[in-house]
Formats: sequence, C-alpha cells, structure tokens
Amino acid sequence: MSDTTMTAAATDSSQNGQLEFLVKGDHHPQNGTLLGFWIYLMSDCLIFACLFATYGVLGRSYAGGPTGMELFDLSLIAINTSLLLISSITYGFAMLQMQANKVKGTMFWLAVTGLLGAGFLGLELYEFHHLIHVGAGPQTSGFWTAFFALVGTHGLHVFFGIVWLVTLLFQLKKRGLIPENKRRVFCLSMFWHFLDVVWIGVFTYVYLMGVLP
Amino acid sequence: MFENLDLTKLIFGRLTWDAIPFHDPIILGTFAVVAVGGIALLAALTRYKLWGYLWNEWFTTIDHKKIGIMYIILGLVMLLRGFADAIMMRLHQAMAFGDSTGYLPPHHYDQIFTAHGVIMIFFVAMPLVTGIMNYLIPLQIGTRDVAFPFLNNFSFWMTTGGAVLMMVSLFIGEFAKTGWLAYPPLSGILQSPGVGVDYYIWALQIAGVGTLLSGVNLLVTIVKMRAPGMSLMKMPVFTWTSLCTNVLIVAAFPVLTAVLAMLSMDRYLDTAFFTNDLGGNAMMYVNLIWIWGHPEVYILILPVFGIFSEIVATYSRKPLFGYTSMVYATVVITVLSYLVWLHHFFTMGSGASVNSFFGITTMIISIPTGAKIFNWLFTMFRGRIKFDVPMLWTVGFMVTFVIGGMTGVLLAVPPVDFVLHNSLFLIAHFHNVIIGGVLFGLFAGITYWFPKATGYKLDEFWGKMSFWFWLIGFYFAFMPLYVLGLMGVTRRVSHFEDQSLQIWFQIAALGAFLIAIGIAAFIIQLVVSFLRRESLQDETGDPWDGRTLEWSTSSPPPPYNFAFTPQVHDLDAWWQMKQHGFQRPESGFIPIHMPKGTWAGIVLSGISVVVGFALIWHMWLLAGVSFVALIGTAIYHTFDYDRDYYIPAEEVERIEAERTRKLANV
Repeated sequence: MSDTTMTAAATDSSQNGQLEFLVKGDHHPQNGTLLGFWIYLMSDCLIFACLFATYGVLGRSYAGGPTGMELFDLSLIAINTSLLLISSITYGFAMLQMQANKVKGTMFWLAVTGLLGAGFLGLELYEFHHLIHVGAGPQTSGFWTAFFALVGTHGLHVFFGIVWLVTLLFQLKKRGLIPENKRRVFCLSMFWHFLDVVWIGVFTYVYLMGVLP
Repeated sequence: MFENLDLTKLIFGRLTWDAIPFHDPIILGTFAVVAVGGIALLAALTRYKLWGYLWNEWFTTIDHKKIGIMYIILGLVMLLRGFADAIMMRLHQAMAFGDSTGYLPPHHYDQIFTAHGVIMIFFVAMPLVTGIMNYLIPLQIGTRDVAFPFLNNFSFWMTTGGAVLMMVSLFIGEFAKTGWLAYPPLSGILQSPGVGVDYYIWALQIAGVGTLLSGVNLLVTIVKMRAPGMSLMKMPVFTWTSLCTNVLIVAAFPVLTAVLAMLSMDRYLDTAFFTNDLGGNAMMYVNLIWIWGHPEVYILILPVFGIFSEIVATYSRKPLFGYTSMVYATVVITVLSYLVWLHHFFTMGSGASVNSFFGITTMIISIPTGAKIFNWLFTMFRGRIKFDVPMLWTVGFMVTFVIGGMTGVLLAVPPVDFVLHNSLFLIAHFHNVIIGGVLFGLFAGITYWFPKATGYKLDEFWGKMSFWFWLIGFYFAFMPLYVLGLMGVTRRVSHFEDQSLQIWFQIAALGAFLIAIGIAAFIIQLVVSFLRRESLQDETGDPWDGRTLEWSTSSPPPPYNFAFTPQVHDLDAWWQMKQHGFQRPESGFIPIHMPKGTWAGIVLSGISVVVGFALIWHMWLLAGVSFVALIGTAIYHTFDYDRDYYIPAEEVERIEAERTRKLANV
C-alpha cells in the first residue's frame, strides 16, 4: 500500500533492500493449547455465571417450602470447602514435581488431589441425599431448583475432573512426562483451580449468604 | 420400583408406531422422496466404490479447507429444507382466508414455522458462516491449518449431528410447536408434553458443542498462528470480523447451553426454573435466551461484513477505504451487541427506564454499522468497479440492508415497538437484514472464493439470474409484510378472517416463488459450472487480482496451503507482493509438518446423536449405555499420541512443480 508504512517494515528485510516475502526454513506457530483451554474455561465460567444469576433471581423463591437458613449445615460445608482448597494445594505440589521432571512425585500428588476431590464429592452427595430426605429436593421450589443446579453443576465438573485425572494417571504411567502429557497436566491444573475459584463463589454466595436472615 | 419394570418401556421409552406420521400425506410424501433419493445416493456411492474415498479424504479429514467445504455443503443442503418450510408457509397463508383453512393443519403449521427458524439460523446461516471462516482464516493469515485440527473435525460433525436430529424429527415424532426460541411456559412439560421440544433441545445442544469448540479453535488460530509480520492491524478485514465473531461465539453460546439445560431439567426432572408455580420465573428464560440471541445475530452478520469488505476492495481495485475505522466499528458492534438484548421484549414490562436504556443502546449500534456502509461506498467511489456477480450481491446488499437497518431503528423506539411487537413488521425487518445481509453476503462470498476452493469459476449467467431472482423475490416477499405489520397482523397465525388482507399474502407468496427460482438458478449455476469447468478453469490461483494471502497460493490450495510461510509487511500482503514483483520459489523445499486425520470426530458425533435420540424418547437404558460409550470413546481417543506426520520434501516439490507448469500455461 502506501510507501511510508513500507519503509518501517523494511527493517526486517534482507540486506540488499529487497523485501523478503517468505520465511525460509521451517516455521512453527506457537502452540495454542493453553490459551485455547483457558478460553474454554472462560466459556464454562459463563455457564456458571448464568447459574449464579438464576440463583440470584430464584434465591428467595421458597414457595412455602424449607429455606436455606433452616437446612444448610455450615460445619459440613466447612469440611467440604477445606477438602477442595487443600486439593488445589496438592495439585500445586504435583506441578512442582512435574517441573522437577519427577513422574512418581507428580503421580503421587495427583492421586492425593483426586482422593481429596472424591472426598469432596462424597460429602456433597451426602448433603444432597440428606436435603432430599428432609423434603428439600430440586422439585420443591424455585430456590432449591436453583441451588441444586448451581451446586450440582459444580459437583459434576469435579466428577469429570476426577475422571480426567485418573485417565491422566494412566497416561503418565504409560508415557511419562512427555510434552503432550505435561501440557495435559497443565490444562487439568487450570481446570482444577478454576473449580476451586467457582466453589469460593458458591460457598460465599449460596451458603454463607444463604444462612443470613 | 422394580416390580412394575416394563422391559419394552425401558428399551423403547415412549417410541411407538404412532410416532411415525403415516396419517400425514405431506410428510409421508417427503419421506418417500428422501428415502428414494437417499437409497439412490447410497447405491451410487457403493456402485462407484466411493466410500473409502469419502471416509479417508473427507469424513476423517482434519484439513480446514475440506472441513470448510463440508460445512458449506451442510448449510446449502439445509437451506433447501428450510426454504421448503418457508414456501409451505407462504402458500398456506396465501390460501387460509375465510372459509378456506389452507392445506396445513394448525399443529403442523406450528411445527413448520418453528423448524424454519431453527434450521435457517442454526443449520443454514451458522454452517455457511463457519464454513467460510474455516476455509479462509488459515489462508488469509498465512498458516497451514487451524490451532486444533482434530477439534475442527469434531466440531463439524457435532453441528452435523444436530442437523441429523433435526431431520429425524420430521419423520419420527414431531418437532417443537413453540416458535424458534421455545419460550416457557409453552415449551414446558405441561403445555408441550410431546417430543417436539426435546428434539429442539438436543439438536441445539449437540450442534452447540460444535459451534462453541469451533469458536475457541478459530479464536486461538487467529491470535496465535498469524504469519510473521502480520500484526493485528495488518490482518485482512475478513479475519478481523471473524475474530470478533468468534469472541462473540465463545461469550454467547455457553448462555444458550445453560438456558437449554435448565429448560430440559424443567422438562425431565420436574424442577421449577421457568414454571408458573413453585416460584419459577419464565421471564428469566426470555432474558437469558436473548442474552445469547442478540449476539447471535451479530455472529452471523459480522463475518459477512468482512466478506463484503474484501469484495468491495477487490472489485473496485482500491484498498479498502478506512480500514482502521472498519476495525473499530467491528469491535464497537461486538461490545454493543451485549447491551441490547432487552429490545426483543420491550412489552414484557421492565419499565420505562430499562426500556429507554436498551432502546438507546440499540439505536447507537446503527452508528458503527452506518460507518461501515460509508466505508464501502467510499471504497467504490472513483474505483474501477467491475460488476461481477459478487459485486452485484454487494450492491444489492447495501441497498437492502440499509432499509432493514432503518426499520430496525424504528423498532428500537419502545413506544413504536409496543405497536409493532410480534407483528409481521418485525418478521419483515429481520428477514430484511438476514436475507439482505447475511444470505446475500454468503452468496457473494461463495461466488468470490469458489475458484479458490475448486479451481474453476462459477458461471456468470446463472449467477446473475440467481442474484436478480433473489433480489426481486425478496422485495416481493417481504415488503408486503411491512404493510401487513403496520396494519396490525401478528406473526405465526395460520388462518385469517379479513379477506382484504389476502392480496398482500398472495404478493408475498409470489415473492417466495421468485426466490425459489433464484435458488434453482444457484443450483443450476453449480451444475453448469461443474460441466464447463475446463473453460472456467483458474490456473493462476488469483482470478480476481486479489489483495490478500489466500490468492497467493494455487487454486485449490495444496494440503499444506503454503510451501513456505509468508512474511507479511503490510496490509493487503499479496497485493504488496505483486507490486514488488514477487518470484515464487521453485526449489529448496523442505518437509512440512502436518496433523493426521482421525476417526474420532465422526464416531463421537454419531454416539452423541444416539444419546440425544435416546433422551428425546426416554429410552433410559440406551441413553445410559451410549453416554458411557461416548465418554469411553473420548478417553480412548486421548491415548492416541500419534497425531502428526511430515509431508516429505519430494512430495512438496512435486506439487509445486505442477503449479509451476500450470502458471507457465497462463
């Protein structure tokens, strides 16, 4: 186009003043997996945003049924929250081991993370079972519908996180810390911490604020 | 629970012989035609031993060009289905006055207008737009494939999976009778107990996975894989508008996923999101679905703005006027498209302040859009314009779209909207912008890039026929609807009493028939061009004297797109290369690293369709088994680490020598 912009661009051309229009040799663009996965997480975050908004709209629609203040058991939730938060720390340990190129250590801390996640899920299922048992199921009122949808979707994510984690353990055992596997451990790490962040929102917005009068 | 376990029910759910519409001659006739055509096609494929070729070269391909072409074929095939629905409605409304009830029973008519909307948006416009983006983005930014080639194949097949479910609903069971956005409580289990809404939900959920992943994929492709030297403000305009579109896809489709998931929970689990009782709130659905729905219309129109920008610059033989303002206008539209959703339901009663806010933001959107129109006009001003078919579509678009835009601004005024809400004026408006904008742009784009994809140009005469019939047909079909809307006729009505309205519906039906001729001319154009491909051949790879990088490679491009990655110095990179007397290298080729094809996309999509079908019909056993199979297959696929290969240097040399020979012929 205009000659003025070209002179600026000519700095990266070859010496004889002629513009170079091809990259000689092999050119590999940057790998985009981590960015792509992060964008996917942000889209997932929007699903949670919708569920939070729904909870915001339906959060006081008890339809004469039980309220959160009556039924939430904060000590159970405290244990649950601790399990998930600690699992994020142990995942961090797994990442440190991976950076030191130690397969065994990585797998060990991943397994610990998975167990903590399973503990979290177990407690959550117990809580759901108990709530439904005392007459606060997803069909009870708009409030409980929104509650089960939000908390349940988070739980479902943790479940699939564990499925992924177990798969990854097999892959690490089989292939070790090859670049592909490292990338996968990294992606799952983002996923796991993301679930933690969402849980902090759930914990605060649903449980802590839910027991307020 | 287990004592009254019914095995038939467990396996077949609510699917019985009654679900097959034997009693309906129209559907039965359609089914016969589809069945005979389908069997003939399958027989021909078997007869000419094409299955292996299709499977290896197309179905399992990860080549973005082939996937793009498959998207476009999907879109064009579904256009025929969606248009068949349209012409049935036009014919019915032209007849159903006074004593005549028309030829469609109301419940069938309701399914047709729902299917028409869903198909045209999700399975025509979206695949065509995604197909063109898929084909062109890597070529325009000078790279060899998208960022995630496997995901690309998977996305395509998921979109196709949704379309398959959509087509199945025609012959097994029914489709939704709710309108294309399925507002509750009408779409709730009480008012719509049948399978129609479930078909709607699962077709869109499965296709939605494909759309979202393709959005992530193309976004990362544009951000990470541009040729060296191509800074953001040196990207071709089409790539820019695609970038914004994919941002919109990633930021809007999760909302659709979430809201449809909530609707399905209401229907399957008896929850109370959108119910009238138990504290549910149906207005929340309307808000959420339009938070997706309004960005969606910009997802469709933005890439098309990009297409027009490329075409106007090429056929005016000038650089695009106001490139920077074009980019900023696109970005502003992207942001504003999230701030206007409430204008779809001013009448719901949000109050004067809220309505004013959304009315004003809506009007503001017309400013960057208007800037774009002026940019195109000034590009043409004093240009040496060649009125080839793509340019005809472009000019047709500019006139038509401005009319549609202005009626849109009218509707953005809340008091006016209270009069025109849900009237045929609205129908005329959005067809005005979607046909006059999106569809014209897609036809322009297909004509413009056709030689790039196939190696031969499209026939001029039939292209012009298609254009004129579409243009005139459009005005005949939709201008009467503006009139009817102003007279107060509402949408989705299958019978009218007032005979004085009939003439307008008859004019509209005439318009639909003119459009039918336009579509026929387009198909004839494809056939004629294929038959005359020798004389229409493009051996240069640059038939229109183009400006951007896709024209620097052969037509069709080799699997690796570029033997050497281009080094970009300026906007309109290929134009600059031509100005500097660029010499194509004829030796010194190196092996090229490429991704391998995979079976996983089509298989995963196939299983997803089974899951969807089982859920629609409450076949719980099949649903469970196929869902486990789906997850299992996906996990199995992750154990495949062998996903790439090198095209040897000799192969590259052979392909490039072939091109050298062709170029010497010109």
